[in-house]
Amino acid sequence: MAEQTETLKYERPKSLLPVVTNYCPGCAHGTVNRLVAEVIDELGIEGTTIGVSPVGCSVMMYQFFGCDFVEAAHGRAPAVATGLKRVNPDNIVFAYQGDGDLASIGMAETIHAATRGEQITVIFINNAIYGMTGGQMAPTSLPNQVTQTSPYGRDVATAGYPVRVCELLSSLDGVAYLERVTVDTPAHIRQAKKAIRKAFQNQVDGIGYSLVEVVATCPTNWGMTPQDSFEWMRENMLPYYPLGVYRDVVAEGFADAAEAAAARAADCPIASQGGAR
Amino acid sequence: MAQNEKVLMKGNEAIAESAIRAGCRFFFGYPITPQTELAAYMSKRMPKVEGTYLQAESEVAAINMVYGAAAAGARVMTSSSSPGISLKSEGVSYIAGADLPCLIVNIERGGPGLGSIQPSQSDYWQATRALGHGDYHMVVYAPATVQEMADLSYKAFDVADKYRTPVMILGDGMLGQMMEPVSLPEPRTELPEKPWATTGHRGQREHNVANSLYLSAEELERTNFERFERYDIIKREEALSEEVDCDDADIIVVAFGASSRIARSAVKEARKQGIKAGLFRPITLWPFPVEALAATVGHAKAYLTVEMNMGQMVEDVRLVVEGRAPVEFYGRTGGVIPTPDEVLEQIRAIDERLGE
Repeated sequence: MAEQTETLKYERPKSLLPVVTNYCPGCAHGTVNRLVAEVIDELGIEGTTIGVSPVGCSVMMYQFFGCDFVEAAHGRAPAVATGLKRVNPDNIVFAYQGDGDLASIGMAETIHAATRGEQITVIFINNAIYGMTGGQMAPTSLPNQVTQTSPYGRDVATAGYPVRVCELLSSLDGVAYLERVTVDTPAHIRQAKKAIRKAFQNQVDGIGYSLVEVVATCPTNWGMTPQDSFEWMRENMLPYYPLGVYRDVVAEGFADAAEAAAARAADCPIASQGGAR
Repeated sequence: MAQNEKVLMKGNEAIAESAIRAGCRFFFGYPITPQTELAAYMSKRMPKVEGTYLQAESEVAAINMVYGAAAAGARVMTSSSSPGISLKSEGVSYIAGADLPCLIVNIERGGPGLGSIQPSQSDYWQATRALGHGDYHMVVYAPATVQEMADLSYKAFDVADKYRTPVMILGDGMLGQMMEPVSLPEPRTELPEKPWATTGHRGQREHNVANSLYLSAEELERTNFERFERYDIIKREEALSEEVDCDDADIIVVAFGASSRIARSAVKEARKQGIKAGLFRPITLWPFPVEALAATVGHAKAYLTVEMNMGQMVEDVRLVVEGRAPVEFYGRTGGVIPTPDEVLEQIRAIDERLGE
C-alpha cells in the first residue's frame, strides 16, 4: 500500500492567536483580520509590528493578534500610530479602524496623519453603520439607508451626504497609496489581500502613508443574512463606493509620496527649495 | 554648561530645556497663549538633539501622539494652556488608564471658556480632581520660580517613569513668561528600562499591550485598586511643600505657584509689623502635602489661603484643618494678580480679629 502523505493547505496564520473572536457570523472583520495576519506572516514582520486598535467592533483586536498592540480612544488611532512610529521608525505600525472611528470622530486625525505623510498603514472597514453600539447612522451610511438613528432613512437634506474616504484623501500630498476593495468573493478577497500586502510593503520600503478601504457588511445591524447583506452591498454600496486604486505614487512613476508631492509643487518656488524631509 | 552656571531664561523655556536634559526627545503640541515660548523653544532645540517636535492638528491629537510615544517607551511631553488642557483631558484619562508615563504642562490662563490670556490658577480643581473621566490622579507640581520650573520638570520624568503615571506641571502665564536666573540640571545619560513598552516582541517575549479597556467589571476594579495602592505610595513618598516662619506662626498663609510669591512678600511685611505670620507653600498639589500642613494645626490660630481663582485649594486646606481653626480665603481671578498690600491687609484683618 502506498504511503499516505498529508499536506497542510490551510491553517491559522501564526500572527493570529488561537482565540475565539467577538465578530458576528458573516462579518467581514474576521476575513480582514485574517488577511492582515497572513500579510504580517508573509512579510515576516510580526516581531516588529505594532497594531493600533480602534473603538468599534474590532476594539478587542489586541487579544486576537500576537504582535504588540495599543488600544486607542475613539478616532485617535492615527495620532497614536504617529507617536509610536515617530519613536521607533523601524517598527511597522498599522491602525485598523471602522467608519465611525476613521471618518467621523477621527476625521481630523485621519486627514492630518495622511497629509503629514506618516509612514503608517491604515486598514479601514467601511460597513456604513456603527456596529458595536447597535446600528446607528455612520458617516458612510448611504442616502435613504435605514439605521437606528435614521429610522426613516438617511435624509440628506438634514443628515448630509456620506463621506467617500479614498476620494477625499487622494488630494493629499502625503499619501502614497489608496485602494478600495471588498471581501465578498474569493476573487475580491485575493485582491483585498494584495492591496493590504502592498499597504504594509509600502511602509517597509518607506514609500509613504497607505490606506486600504474595505467595503464591508454588517449582517447583524443591517438585519440581513450574510448572503443577503453581500447582495445589498454589491447592489447599493459598490456604486457609491467604487472599487479600485485611488492613489499609487509608485504606479505613477515616483519613488515615494515625497517625490510625487515635489513634482506637483514644482512651480512653487518656496516648496521647491531643497532640504525637505 | 556647568551645573552651577546661571542663565537668564523664561519659565516656559526653562521647562523645555530641562525636559530635554531629562531625556525627553518627543514633544507634541498645539499653539496657545501663554505657553507659546515652550513649544517654540522645542521646535528650535529638538532637531539639534535628534528629537522630534511635531505640531499636531489639535490638542486632542497631540495628547494621543503622547499616548503612542509613551507606549513606545519614550520620555515624551506636551504643553498647553487651560482651554487646551480641557481638550487633552480625554487622552490623559486613557494614558492614566494604560499606566503610561508622560509630562503635561499647563501654563494656566483665566477661565472659564476662552477666558483671558492673563495668568490664573483656576485649573486647580481640574488638575487635582477632574482632568478626564474615571477614577485616577496624576502627580501635580506647582513651581513658584523659574528655577523650580526647571528642577520640577526634570524630576517629573523620573516620577512619571517610577510610578507609570502622567505628571503635570501646573504653572501660569506669569511664571511661564517671566525671566529669572536659572541653573540647569545635568543632561541624563541613562534612562530607565521599560520592558512593558510596545516596541515589537521580536520573538523574545509575549506581546505587550497598552490598553485601558476591561470588559470584566471585576478585572477593571482590580486595576483601579492596584493603581490606588500606587497612589498611596505616592502620597507617602512624593508630597512636597515649603514652610517659611511657620514654626511660631499664629497666622499661616497657604499659597502655591505665582500667588505664593505675593504671599511671601506679604508675610515678610507682616512680620516686620509684629504679626506672627508664616507661609505654607504646597509644591505638590496632588498629592497635597497633608502631613506637613497638619503638623501646623494646633499652634496656628488661623489660616488664609491666597489663590488666583475663586477659592479652590482652600477646600484642601479645610480638609486638613478639619475645623480646628478658621480657614479664610482671599483671591483675585480672571487674570487679575493680587498685590502684596492686598494680602497684607487680609493678614492684618485676621490678626485684629484674633486679638479681639
